[in-house]
Amino acid sequence: MYRRTLLASAAALAMAAPAYAQDEPVTAGFIYVGPVGDGGWTYEHDQARLAVEEHFGDQVETIYQENVPEGADAERAITQMALSGADIIFTTSFGYMDPTIAVAEKFPDVKFEHATGYKTAENVAIYSSRFYEGRAVLGTIAGAMTETNQVGYIGSFPIPEVIRGINSAYIHAKKVNPDVEFNVVWAYTWFDPAKEADAARALIENGNDVILQHTDSTAPHSAAEEAGDVVTFGQASDMSEYAPFPRVSSIIDNWAPYYIDRVQAVIDGTWESTDTWGGIDSGMVGIGEITDAVPEEVRAQATEVMESIESGEYHPFTGPLNKQDGSVWLEEGETASDEDLLGMDFYVEGMTGEIPN
Amino acid sequence: MIRLERRPEPSKLWTAVTPVLAVLLTMVVGGILFAFLGADPVGAIRTIFWDPLFNPQFAGFTRPQLLVKAGPLILIAIGLSIGFRAGIWNIGAEGQYIMGAICGAGAGLAFYPSESVLIFPLMIVAGALGGWAWAMIPAVLKTRFGTNEILVSLMLVYVAENILASVSSGLLRNPEGRGFPGSRNLRQWDAAANLELIPDTGMHWGVVFAFIAVIGAYVLLTRHIQGFNIRLTGEAPRAARFSGVIPARIILLCLGISGALAGLAGFFEVSGPAGQISIDFNSGYGFTAIIVAFLGRLHPVGILLAGLLMALTYIGGELAQLMLNLPGASIQLFQGMLLFFLLATDVFTNFRIRIGTGETA
Repeated sequence: MYRRTLLASAAALAMAAPAYAQDEPVTAGFIYVGPVGDGGWTYEHDQARLAVEEHFGDQVETIYQENVPEGADAERAITQMALSGADIIFTTSFGYMDPTIAVAEKFPDVKFEHATGYKTAENVAIYSSRFYEGRAVLGTIAGAMTETNQVGYIGSFPIPEVIRGINSAYIHAKKVNPDVEFNVVWAYTWFDPAKEADAARALIENGNDVILQHTDSTAPHSAAEEAGDVVTFGQASDMSEYAPFPRVSSIIDNWAPYYIDRVQAVIDGTWESTDTWGGIDSGMVGIGEITDAVPEEVRAQATEVMESIESGEYHPFTGPLNKQDGSVWLEEGETASDEDLLGMDFYVEGMTGEIPN
Repeated sequence: MIRLERRPEPSKLWTAVTPVLAVLLTMVVGGILFAFLGADPVGAIRTIFWDPLFNPQFAGFTRPQLLVKAGPLILIAIGLSIGFRAGIWNIGAEGQYIMGAICGAGAGLAFYPSESVLIFPLMIVAGALGGWAWAMIPAVLKTRFGTNEILVSLMLVYVAENILASVSSGLLRNPEGRGFPGSRNLRQWDAAANLELIPDTGMHWGVVFAFIAVIGAYVLLTRHIQGFNIRLTGEAPRAARFSGVIPARIILLCLGISGALAGLAGFFEVSGPAGQISIDFNSGYGFTAIIVAFLGRLHPVGILLAGLLMALTYIGGELAQLMLNLPGASIQLFQGMLLFFLLATDVFTNFRIRIGTGETA
């Protein structure tokens, strides 16, 4: 389900410029925020880069630069990549948004793809995944697995992306367990094993026996393993080294289908500036194997949620849903609009605690 | 038998030769490292040291970028070197850099969207004050309670990083940023933007200030009585005390200067190349500047050259990653070698090698 909202001006210009097919190998560049061996976010982008190489063979060359800080260095790294002859450049972190737009202005013939941002241009497309769909599945398992009815959630930053994930997990945990409560800890980092481990231990000490995380390291898993009877879920990557327990399932970023699709468009000369928000059905959001540590009927429930989302018959944010303050958000049967989801800055009814501001 | 014999005076010749020798050794050993990684060693070294300056495909862009990258390194290193000369070890320039950026950007953003010409000067002052104030914490703690400035200034880096995370997702967050962390982009606000003064040269206000700092430090250390006091404190603390130098004043002065210069560097970076306060705004300039200070022999002109060299290895290293697919970590290793070999060859500045047992007692 690709959401192609073509800007009017971009459409006009795209028509004016003749589309052409390329004969020479296309060079696809990737800018990474972490090292390719981080085991999470950057690792999955790099796996997708390798999938692109595999898929196209000699038709495509890939180049990448890892550990590019978000800030002054990003603009230079992207510029150098464009100068080196890249035809399409994927900038794979939110903090590259302004640098990507700035470089794109200087290189009108190079295509740019920025992950998780919101600024587009004639030659800048944006893409992200509907991770909240995967969180609905994990929330279902979390709600069923908790015995203390206390689920801990390690949030990274209080931004719409993360808040959406918390709400989605909570709604679906509550569906299978009306007594469940969520306790959110904000780590203010995407990747910091020490901080994540501290957050996990604090949650465990306070009686949370299931931990969901929106941070990318495996540290919470190892904290849960120490505690012995705490359930965790892989994030960004499968983290199957902690399976079958404490890691009972995972939400996986799979960028390969999108990258292959976009590089193909460059080869065909059909590339356009698009806004893609792919979910489970596009293959961009994957659910890792649900292990035997999860009872059969819970596995079936979770699989059912996943399949109904994948087929499009169910939207994770379907009314009746109220906001935390009790005001009505969605009427019976109404589903959330993408605009609402993209700017989500509130908890749904039943969540405790406040979103830091 | 080979043994080391202390020289009566540090060798002037070796002081000048060691940085060059260190660079050459780094090239050789780095080349071997790259060869093990499967790259052509000569090509890799050429990519790092030659291509940013002369490769027709990149040089037009990377040459000005050398100044952009070297500017903050030089500005911070100059400040640090003054303290290091006096034996005052400010390791926390990274924190002062962050606080300078926050205070500078914050002072400006308080008046958004005013287009007054006073905004930019105000931000410069606020940036310098922010870094100065952050450096005054270890300074005052040292003069009042005798705490160790190395530890205190270093710990304050982590405090500053947390303040940075907090303000970028709270106080200074862009109200039009859809809830994402990060401030408004200062480069898109004319009154606060620190853009290139001459197009395509890389010269922005931060680079200008770096050059001014080099000249200022040179004058201070060679022509001014305080510079003499600073050097005396470092080389002969007892003599300094006998000649009436008050140690507390030197501590406050040195940490103050280095803090203010680091704060300025942070501000010029946030209003120019970086553009906005964000959670990962700082990228290690404050720590790299320590290497630059030593590579430049704590001498203003040396630091100027060392800063440019360091910038060259950064940008060349990026090109090597891009063109030769070398891993990022190997480039960091390469840069680390530079300091390692400098310290290793420095032995010859203070010692000479004696071969044989020819002792004439």
